[in-house]
Amino acid sequence: MKKAFAGIAVTLFATLAAGTSDAAYAEVIAITGATVAIGDGSEPITNGTVIVRDGRIVAAGGNLPLPAGVRRIDAMGKWVTPGIVAGFSYIGLQEVGSVDSADDRQASASPFHAAIDVAPAINPKATAVAIERAGGVTRAIVVPSATGSIFAGQGAVIDLGADPDPIMLPRAFQLVELGEEGAKGAGGSRASAQVMLRNALQEARDIAAGGHDRDGALLPRADAQALVPILRGKQYLMVHVERANDILGVLELKREFPGIKLVLVGAAEGWTVAARIAAANVPVIASALVDLPATFERVAATQSNVGRMRAAGVRIAIGTIDGMDAIQQRTAKQHAGNLVALARVPGATGLTWGQALEAITSAPAEAIGLGGEIGSLRPGRRADVVIWDGDPLENGTVPELVMIDGVEQPLDNRQTRLRDRYRPGDDAQLPKAYRP
Amino acid sequence: MFVRSLLALAAAALTGCTASTPPLESAPKPAAFPHDPYPSTYKAYPGRRTALVGATVLDGEGKRIEQGTVIFADGRIEAIGGPDTAIPAEALRIDARGKWVTPGIIDMHSHLGNVPSPSTGNDGNEMSGPVHPDVWAEHSVWPQDPGFSRALANGGVTTLQILPGSADLFGGRSVTLKNVPATTVQGMKFPGAPYGLKMACGENPKRVYGNRNQMPGSRMGNMALNRATWARAAEYKRKWEKYEKAGGEPPSRDIGLDTLRDALDGKILVHNHCYRADDMAQVIDMSREFGYKVAAFHHAVEAYKIADLLSVNGICSALWSDWYGFKMEAYDGIPENMAIVYAAGGCVVVHSDDANGIQRLYQEAAKAVAAGRRIGVDISKEVAWTWLSLNPAKAIGIADRTGSLAPGKMADVVLWNGDPFSVYTRPEKVWIDGAMLFDVTDPKRRPVSDFELGQPGEGDVK
Repeated sequence: MKKAFAGIAVTLFATLAAGTSDAAYAEVIAITGATVAIGDGSEPITNGTVIVRDGRIVAAGGNLPLPAGVRRIDAMGKWVTPGIVAGFSYIGLQEVGSVDSADDRQASASPFHAAIDVAPAINPKATAVAIERAGGVTRAIVVPSATGSIFAGQGAVIDLGADPDPIMLPRAFQLVELGEEGAKGAGGSRASAQVMLRNALQEARDIAAGGHDRDGALLPRADAQALVPILRGKQYLMVHVERANDILGVLELKREFPGIKLVLVGAAEGWTVAARIAAANVPVIASALVDLPATFERVAATQSNVGRMRAAGVRIAIGTIDGMDAIQQRTAKQHAGNLVALARVPGATGLTWGQALEAITSAPAEAIGLGGEIGSLRPGRRADVVIWDGDPLENGTVPELVMIDGVEQPLDNRQTRLRDRYRPGDDAQLPKAYRP
Repeated sequence: MFVRSLLALAAAALTGCTASTPPLESAPKPAAFPHDPYPSTYKAYPGRRTALVGATVLDGEGKRIEQGTVIFADGRIEAIGGPDTAIPAEALRIDARGKWVTPGIIDMHSHLGNVPSPSTGNDGNEMSGPVHPDVWAEHSVWPQDPGFSRALANGGVTTLQILPGSADLFGGRSVTLKNVPATTVQGMKFPGAPYGLKMACGENPKRVYGNRNQMPGSRMGNMALNRATWARAAEYKRKWEKYEKAGGEPPSRDIGLDTLRDALDGKILVHNHCYRADDMAQVIDMSREFGYKVAAFHHAVEAYKIADLLSVNGICSALWSDWYGFKMEAYDGIPENMAIVYAAGGCVVVHSDDANGIQRLYQEAAKAVAAGRRIGVDISKEVAWTWLSLNPAKAIGIADRTGSLAPGKMADVVLWNGDPFSVYTRPEKVWIDGAMLFDVTDPKRRPVSDFELGQPGEGDVK
């Protein structure tokens, strides 16, 4: 939403702008009587209250006194959570798959890679924005896809509000492929991907030191410049790898380039090296339900990956890295619910309910340094609040109310319009095209 | 009736065994070619008489029994009933209180084995031309695909139809498998299941071949080539029928047209990948033009727009609960699709087309039920389970043998550790033909494919 960031060139570690004078924000709202889940890993609280003022959470929990003049929303029998933060998505970059002109995820013919910034391409009117919003997704990490390089470009964090300004944080991270995809983008092997990465970072160092070698440089100047914030720790380096030793290789980068701030993405075999990931204190955004050796870099894949990593102390979030569900982010809650199911499977490691919600709300926010702003109902966070018609991790539950920055959002979308046009029981006096 | 069909099968098998010594007859009969040249070698694994007692039972035919009992022996369902059901003394009695029992899930749209994990290169689509009724999916299926075990252990899937892909207008023959680990596909083949014919309309064939500047390059090209092919099939059928009646010189054999002839005769069931309502309507007219029947439209994201038409024509819709938007013809997908098709009296089937989705078909049904409820279409859990077992069994022609817990049917049974419409529920035990092939409490009852041996994570819960 524009208000909070208007006119501010935000860098990740700058103090984020707070507050606004918008009249819509002046109101104090109390959602009462609901089962409230904070999104910080704690278990839900029955008969809880959430208090929102000026687009921010004032408090959430049980037995809260209501401020005077509060507008009360009775949510008895409902569940209230922070909005889902899509951990790895293309929301707004793609209107429809398989239609190149409506798909800005990748730029296979571009001379630039690391310099690509997805923010200007994100369309807040993409149908997916409204559909995912109606599914309870309020923020999303939006990533470009790599082609012809290990560098995919710079991703953004967006809100899914029904307004023209989706970008919450542009250039939040650089996405790099260092597994099978990286090998492909670097000419055919992981070893060449490593060379490409190191050369790129060296060229970025040179350019930062004012010594860019125009003739000898492999990277376009813009690409080298785009990598400078990574070296300075001002932009996250998000690395997609799946195989255990690829993960360890990424952790090694910290030794070589001490300034960089890493996020691991994928990490299907992360459970086998979980202690080392935890020791390195590198957050992980992993697919929840990958359990097939779809490629040789994930032969050890199991649905217990997330649970085992968390049990080992890894800061773990859920994001759907590939597969069909990657463009259906509202299924994140189902994926999280499935990890709760594992608690009853002998030999498997799942998550508690509270941990599972955390993995799709505050954990992805924390992974990219935004846990102080979004992803939970802790005091001071942006009021991205969802009232659900039941247990949000359960199959088939949906939001009844979605708030972003304290503003109640419309839940209608192209799907609800199609549904209403074709719902059973209407007599056809005219073709369907005349129906609203 | 069931017993009779079993006997008929047994008789056919015997005939097959003795066929090497043909009976001497006076009049020369036209030579017939074998119709089952790659026969199933599957035999049920040993099981013991088992009684599941005290469960909530969904019988797969739309009935629900509380505190129910399901008894099976010798690979067959023996009895299903309430708490007063008599339990034979020697039966293994499993306390299923608080748990649920259902028929095994049947996924009639799977590519396990022919699009396996990891990839074996392309084994799913014969993309050398748009008309390939001559290829058979079973000749591509890699039985070591670890996806089969995931579908069993996490998904409660006991039977699957493996289809060729959708690059071609005529993609080839499908094969129906029992989800039983085996070294050969013959060891998985569902004995006596009819074959299916995979067809595809819409974007895929025209994209694949249009990009090569080849026909079909458009939807009208799709239809033209389809019609030309069916016309050839009709002629082939006529020639063979004439020869089989009158004898003489046999027509030359065409492996692809054999399949299409059987499809025209209703012996092979037509499974048509088709998303858009208008595309489906064209296919229905084409099926009338050439005299065949479509068993099911697969993917059918716009089935809700023509729910009445599909219902009137008795065509099943194999659906996802909420996938949409991944290509133009999937743009109009809505979560209420299944409910609207159901409300029009149509045959709903939950399908996967996906090695991950097949592990959660029961959850897809649950989401669709919830979406229906929100538009005033109430679907009970017992009815919704027909979408997962009996309806797909009907659409692939095996409903007389499996797909519900009716006595005499194959004991393809799942014991769930709770309500299977809940995300928190998983299969606890799975039986196929009465043999326990998965037990969540016993690592020895968990299949590990050859591929997984010696690899990181071997034998792990998945």
